[in-house]
Amino acid sequence: MQVPAGATLAVLGRNGAGKSTLLRILATLLRPHAGEVTVLGERLPARAWAVRGRIGLLAHEPLLYRDLSGRENLGYHARLHGVPPARVEQVLDAVGMRERADEPVRQLSRGMVQRLAVGRTVLHCPSVLLLDEPLANLDPAATGLVAPLIGRDSGLTRVITSHDPRAALAEADLVLGLAGGRAAFVSAPDQVDPAAVERLYA
Amino acid sequence: MPETRREERSPGTWRTAGAVLRKDLLLELRGFDTLPAMVLFAIVTFVIFHFGLNQATIEGQEAAGVLTVTLLFAAMLGINRLFVAEREQGGFDAFLLAPVDRSALLIAKAAALFLFLAVLELIAVPAFALLLLGPSLGPPLPGLIAVLALGDVALAVIGTLVSAIAVQTRARDLIGPIIGLPLLLPALIAVARGTGPLLAAHGSGAPPGRWVAILALYDVVFALLSYAVFDFLLED
Repeated sequence: MQVPAGATLAVLGRNGAGKSTLLRILATLLRPHAGEVTVLGERLPARAWAVRGRIGLLAHEPLLYRDLSGRENLGYHARLHGVPPARVEQVLDAVGMRERADEPVRQLSRGMVQRLAVGRTVLHCPSVLLLDEPLANLDPAATGLVAPLIGRDSGLTRVITSHDPRAALAEADLVLGLAGGRAAFVSAPDQVDPAAVERLYA
Repeated sequence: MPETRREERSPGTWRTAGAVLRKDLLLELRGFDTLPAMVLFAIVTFVIFHFGLNQATIEGQEAAGVLTVTLLFAAMLGINRLFVAEREQGGFDAFLLAPVDRSALLIAKAAALFLFLAVLELIAVPAFALLLLGPSLGPPLPGLIAVLALGDVALAVIGTLVSAIAVQTRARDLIGPIIGLPLLLPALIAVARGTGPLLAAHGSGAPPGRWVAILALYDVVFALLSYAVFDFLLED
């Protein structure tokens, strides 16, 4: 299967179906045992180095140090990605965290940490977003805040995993159903068989 | 480096290592998770030796052995904790997602461990002189600093390598010493033999050249070896 540039692939499946593993393979963090994976035209894992820095991964873990502040965390990631410090302030504004940016991450609520994680994901202006339950812990206001960064309006190529099929289908241009680590179906969202989706979660 | 090329926006190895080192020092300053434990362990061990040996003072090779072994075991505490934040808080993934030379992580972690050891020795060596050492520490101090610095390089390089292996396992507190101590044994011997004459009652002010050379060679060999294999340790 192929995901065209700027399109959104929604990956559905129950716990343990392989959604997060697929994202980690696409993010170059895991090697596939079989099959071929190409991201941004580069075959993985052989040319993983060529796509690192062009991928934004929002995983279950926020990838933030608990004893550092949001600003320090983003500053660290900015240095790793060769991003100018001014971009950190821009991102803190975009996720509405400038006022709490100097508090240690461990003192922040889960929703605030998720907002910082969204900021970390888009800090280096990636071309591809890999989003694992991206709206977890976010209230409606925060969801609206991060929508221009990681939502459809971002215009970026996205791979989204979700436990909520309805929300995922609303976002998707293409849907992949996973069961036991294998593709159960691949189709356009308006052609997805509701019974097949139900079977995924049965 | 294998599989690691630089993209246009890649910050470069030394700049990346600087970023990781700065972050590690900041984390230590915030949490004080490692250094106080190392220092406390060393001082308590000196006190135990003070009573255990039932001697008011020690000198020469005996003193060198006590000092070296204590510093080595205190270093193991730091080695065990070196990658814990990366493992538990996603630091490995964050680093691996960036377009950076992975060897920068080795350089940064080894530099952080070297600094921790230097601070440990700044406190532990005077405490050792106060609690156990017979001869004055003044005359042999430059030689002692040189030998300990070379020993610290060995501890930092091998410790980083061992810690990167151990942190991937469940029994990291056990795996670290099991792999690390045998690898560090030659360095332990060289440091102990190098400092023995310095801590003798009427010893020379300079460390024996042979042991200093062995230690320096050991540092270079393991630094190159660590640089060569570290990339592969970070693979899934």
